[in-house]
Amino acid sequence: MKVAVIVFPGSNCDQDTRWALERVGLKAELVWHTEGSLEGYGAVFLPGGFSYGDYLRAGALAKFSPVMGEVRRLAQRGYPVMGICNGFQVLTEAGLLPGALLANTNLHYTCKEVFLRVERTDLPFTSDYRQAQVLRLPIAHGEGRYYADEETLARLEQNRQIVFRYVEHQGQGGNPNGSLGDIAGIVNERGNVLGMMPHPERAVESVLGSVDGEGIFTSLSKALATLA
Amino acid sequence: MEETLTPLSEQAKALLEETGIPQNEYREIVRLLGREPGRLELYLFKVMWSEHCSYKNSRPLLRLLPKEGPAVLQGPGENAGVVEIGDGYAVAFKIESHNHPSAVEPVQGAATGVGGIIRDIVAMGARPIALLNSLRFGKPDTGGSEGDRTRYLVQGVVGGIAHYGNAIGIPTVGGDIYFHPDYQDNPLVNAMCVGLLRVEELKKSRAGLGRPVYYLGSKTGRDGIGGAAFASEELSEESESKRPSVQVGDPFMGKLTMEATLEAIRLDLVEGVQDMGAAGLTSSLSEMAHKSGLGLELDLDKVPRREVGMSPLELMLSESQERMVLVPRPGKEKALEALAACWGLDAVPVAVTIEEPVFRIKSEGQVVAEVPTHALADSVTYVREGQESPEIQALRAKDLSALPVPGDLHGVLLKLLASPNLCSRAPVFERYDYQVGTNTALVPGKGDAAIVRVKGTRRAIALKVDANPRYSRLHPRLGAMHALAEAARNVSVVGGRPLAYTDGLNCGNPETPHGYYELSETIAGLAEASRALGIPVVSGNVSLYNEGPSYRIPPTPMVGVVGLLENVERRAEMGFKKAGEFVVLIGEPLGELGASEYLWVLEGLEAGHPPRLELQREAKAQAAIRDLIEMGWVRTAHDVAEGGLAVALAEMTFPYGLGATLEIRDAGRPDALLFGEAPGRILFSVDQDHLQSAIAHLQSLGLPHRILGQVGGDELTILLPKTQLKWSVSELKQGWEAPLREVLP
Repeated sequence: MKVAVIVFPGSNCDQDTRWALERVGLKAELVWHTEGSLEGYGAVFLPGGFSYGDYLRAGALAKFSPVMGEVRRLAQRGYPVMGICNGFQVLTEAGLLPGALLANTNLHYTCKEVFLRVERTDLPFTSDYRQAQVLRLPIAHGEGRYYADEETLARLEQNRQIVFRYVEHQGQGGNPNGSLGDIAGIVNERGNVLGMMPHPERAVESVLGSVDGEGIFTSLSKALATLA
Repeated sequence: MEETLTPLSEQAKALLEETGIPQNEYREIVRLLGREPGRLELYLFKVMWSEHCSYKNSRPLLRLLPKEGPAVLQGPGENAGVVEIGDGYAVAFKIESHNHPSAVEPVQGAATGVGGIIRDIVAMGARPIALLNSLRFGKPDTGGSEGDRTRYLVQGVVGGIAHYGNAIGIPTVGGDIYFHPDYQDNPLVNAMCVGLLRVEELKKSRAGLGRPVYYLGSKTGRDGIGGAAFASEELSEESESKRPSVQVGDPFMGKLTMEATLEAIRLDLVEGVQDMGAAGLTSSLSEMAHKSGLGLELDLDKVPRREVGMSPLELMLSESQERMVLVPRPGKEKALEALAACWGLDAVPVAVTIEEPVFRIKSEGQVVAEVPTHALADSVTYVREGQESPEIQALRAKDLSALPVPGDLHGVLLKLLASPNLCSRAPVFERYDYQVGTNTALVPGKGDAAIVRVKGTRRAIALKVDANPRYSRLHPRLGAMHALAEAARNVSVVGGRPLAYTDGLNCGNPETPHGYYELSETIAGLAEASRALGIPVVSGNVSLYNEGPSYRIPPTPMVGVVGLLENVERRAEMGFKKAGEFVVLIGEPLGELGASEYLWVLEGLEAGHPPRLELQREAKAQAAIRDLIEMGWVRTAHDVAEGGLAVALAEMTFPYGLGATLEIRDAGRPDALLFGEAPGRILFSVDQDHLQSAIAHLQSLGLPHRILGQVGGDELTILLPKTQLKWSVSELKQGWEAPLREVLP
């Protein structure tokens, strides 16, 4: 099963995401934002970056891009769709995930290591992790503060839609951006559309300082193998 | 013998007044043209003969620098230098200043500095894989307006670099930042970019005869008019009014232009590439024609513009960003246009190369300027008499032996670690995306140099930019030697073999004897260190006139070294990682107090002779640590720099919170043992199994060394002959982390 990595003109983690997918043996292809069809792809990644410059608001223009109609269609048909960083912002702007990502409380771009707790392992993206496992992953964003109204937050908790939470680990880490509920990543009700601010694709080799992100890609690889 | 000169016409005098071109240069222009220039023509000369574009004061001096080496594919003279790294790959790199724009408009000044250097790298056919920057500011820790201005500049510059680099998706992996009162009115912002290319894809700024020359990228507006000339004069009260000389950066457009250019190169659609940077259309087109041994006819009516009513002069001098010049291969014109359209960019044939070696500019069917291309390219040069400032001589000669030894050595280390020049840089680099591209094998704060691996190979490059303004102020020649030695040492201690360097020479006004002295001594020092260490220069930039009525910046040669690791798995970082490892010092514990950070922090004194540098021993020490890393014996190594041994040891405890116990048995002032500075010193840790062999290797090279102690615990303990000092790592770290966090919360 091929995985589509959507490339907006300002995407800049597209190649990194493809690299991480291919390392676990998945076949990944870059798909230009003007593409009208995603026929033949078994999963979709929306990578990090600055989709269309993001001068207005991260992801605010990307939701109108031609390829997004197809992304929506695949999401509705239950295909795995994952947004990382800017991809998460695009998914919330497009309404495929609830809530919004606001400017970090420190009001600037922040690049550093954080710790996440895995809250769910029954998803096509997380099956290779252990429940409550703590991951060390990098963040790199200026608008990553997850926000939703109380009702939505309650629903997310109730439906177990919160997949990753920022945690402190041995005195380090903690919530880096003021996200409500320490939310770092959420999934839709159906469990096939995942968005997260930290970058798992930057933590897939020991030479990069952490391999804790690899589970996302190996999990997906297994999920796609069972589908195919 | 004075030649009798014909008096200038009134009209010419008025033009000289307007452009600021000196009379002697005007007469040279008249001689080259065989007639008086028109106003537009004179402006072409003004920007092309500015120091920024012509190097008229520095060119004769720069000839001294060694430029040849086994790895060098392209030396100075193109958009960037290129060195081979093996497996068919090469890296292109260059540093460039954006000082004056950043002083006037820090965010855009810094952002466009980054954008500009990226385009230089792209023009060589290389994909940018790393950014570095070297920043100098005035006083951060004084209250009042001076401190406020410094904080404003730091926040703006760091914000501008982050804004551009993060969005365009090139990791900012390293740099250095230094505070010194002489930068108060004149901050320095130099940006360095490194790109990766296949050797066969190396591009130059060339065009064949009769070829259409394409303009690619952003439309031309009225921003940055005369920026190159602005960069080549002293900042003054009126500089605020030069805000229109500062360009405006658009990283999104920069990304589109970069991707389109790289794709055109990959598809082999183009024969020549040139960045449109300083002096815009004027410089990019006239230089490309000149290097090709041809002329060029430009039709201004075809230039894409975003404002109406722009005059030929404004079009020629605009430094609007995100523009490139491409020369398609014959028959590939349509393919190039289609590719640009795919990225939503303008790609317009604005000019054509011609046989007659002139730069001809047409507007509305009329020729509005026509000058020989060589005349623009070969400006007058100046060789001047330099003289050292007596004030500096006196400072250097100051006798420091009577300085009292402080009673509280424990407190001195805490004070030093909290100095703006030694404290943690995390508040700065955390604003930069240093990992995009997933190649950063050694991130900021973890090692003395950054390491960026090359996917699909075992290779990696190590990168560092460095310059100590205190050393350079007190001894320009020695300071420059230190700058290269230290940048190379930083690359060596992570395991990289230095291949070549790029130099950003920032100095005062070369038209004054003191300014010229500092420039010429700086270059002489670089040349000497370059030869002794066997590291050639492949690219660089000169920023002069960093001077005002009440100040002159210390000469600041920002040296950016690129080194090679043949196996990225064999690398070292600075933090102690394993309890029980032995800590070894290459060199002697006793350092010098002259020009030290210690002297400045404790006594508020910048005086004395900077440490002498034995280049042969330096080269040997660097080779030794590289050997130990390459053999897989050493995984932790750190350069002993400003703040001396105690600061270096403290820094090694920070990354993993692991302490050490060490003993210094040498005689000498305890402050000179702990905080004195000396070059060529390297600390490393090694486990029991490899200690013997490591020591034997140092002995075989005849390098002085000491086994100081062992890693372990959560305290740093230093035993001196008469005293015992102990700090908890957390107390050291706390004071070290705070100062810049207050500037960049």
